[in-house]
Amino acid sequence: MSQLSTRHLLGIKDLTSADIQLILDTAENFKEVINRPIKKVPSLRDITIANIFFENSTRTRLSFELAEKRLSADVVNFSSSNSSVKKGETLVDTVNNILSMKVDMVVMRHSSPGAPHFLARNVKANIVNAGDGTHEHPTQALLDAFSMREKLGDLQGKKVAIIGDILHSRVALSNIFCLQKLGAEIMVCGPITLLPKHIESLGVKVELDVRKALAWCDVANVLRIQLERQQIKYFPSLREYSLYYGINKKMLQELDKEIVVMHPGPINRGVELASDVADSDHAIILQQVENGVAVRMAVLYLLAGVKA
Amino acid sequence: MQKRLVLNQQQIQIILKRFCHQLIENHDNFENTVLLGLQPRGIILLDRIVEELENISGKKVPAGYLDATFHRDDFRRRDFPLKANETKIDFLVEGKNVILVDDVLYKGRSVRAAMDAMIAFGRPQKVELMVLVDRKLTRDYPIMPDYFGIRVNTLDSQYVVVEWASQGQPEDAVWITEKEK
Repeated sequence: MSQLSTRHLLGIKDLTSADIQLILDTAENFKEVINRPIKKVPSLRDITIANIFFENSTRTRLSFELAEKRLSADVVNFSSSNSSVKKGETLVDTVNNILSMKVDMVVMRHSSPGAPHFLARNVKANIVNAGDGTHEHPTQALLDAFSMREKLGDLQGKKVAIIGDILHSRVALSNIFCLQKLGAEIMVCGPITLLPKHIESLGVKVELDVRKALAWCDVANVLRIQLERQQIKYFPSLREYSLYYGINKKMLQELDKEIVVMHPGPINRGVELASDVADSDHAIILQQVENGVAVRMAVLYLLAGVKA
Repeated sequence: MQKRLVLNQQQIQIILKRFCHQLIENHDNFENTVLLGLQPRGIILLDRIVEELENISGKKVPAGYLDATFHRDDFRRRDFPLKANETKIDFLVEGKNVILVDDVLYKGRSVRAAMDAMIAFGRPQKVELMVLVDRKLTRDYPIMPDYFGIRVNTLDSQYVVVEWASQGQPEDAVWITEKEK
């Protein structure tokens, strides 16, 4: 198959394993493209893409914008801080106004879970979810899977521990869906207050001791403590969190194997990851960022190729 | 289904040898020449030519695989998008004589896309086109091969099928078949 089963990327949950494989395979071709002297192909030169960010983002937005430009799409950017949203315009109205300027695809980040799904039902363009609240962040999961596959080969049977703030993390949920569809085993690890109730019903292992999780896994995907989403106290202090759940070089050296350490960024250095780990050979954090552009190129390219 | 043999194994072998000698004649010692096989099927012909050239001249000519999927003009216009293949070019084509190699020249659109894709690796001095089968009368673009194995008259209602023993076929062969209605 060389076509996706959907014309929107709303979440990993809606993708088939074949879709994920197709995206990862196509991303390999794009990774070669972005390492050429001329890093640009003309595939999407007849397409206009709007990046609509209702929530802050550096990496994801830059990564999407670069991906779009390297596919030769026309790009318009929009962030809610300086827009008419402040004047009370509804989401559908805002987006329909943008679409009436002949925009074909919308990449959206929104703080409300389900916002892109709502948009997909109500407007005509292809929608790409760039993170919706605490729900899903599909392109992050795809680039994580791509980076793991690049490092370890086929993910069938590989063990991945997702460590940190699982409760607030859209990256965790998308990663769980994505890696399960690729045949990996998943464990989530964090303080009990940051693990969602009934998380084991997704078919993941639950572990409270970070050392045990590290000893079990081939890959540790360490998540950021989302300081902006901690309205109530989930743990006594950052210092206590880093004492119990922070990963440092010594812990990795005590293991009898090499594991891969990943982090979706931005890192709170000294909280979830010590600097000696973040900058070590174990970490593939910067490769993740590079792969992000290739994976997003693949997603945009494949979505544009789906016949309406 | 009607099927007509156009080239058999022996004829293809003779053509490959001829190609090599023509290349040697025109490109001397290949100092400034590189070969690019077009994905997906041109690379099989390319590999054979590189092998044959090595047998004749004892030299390994620099060669790469070029995929033009992202440069095609029929993206979003055909029913199913094409799946991309690997591009493997570990040299720059800047200032080089480039020979594009493909199995069948039909509409000329793949070659146009390939030239577009090739430019990403530099500005070549000169570009030539080598194809095993030249389907005349069916061109959409003004593109002609510099080297061809055989020139055939075909209709749009026909396929030209190239089979290679290295790809699990009984032997190397070129067939013309009718498309099923």
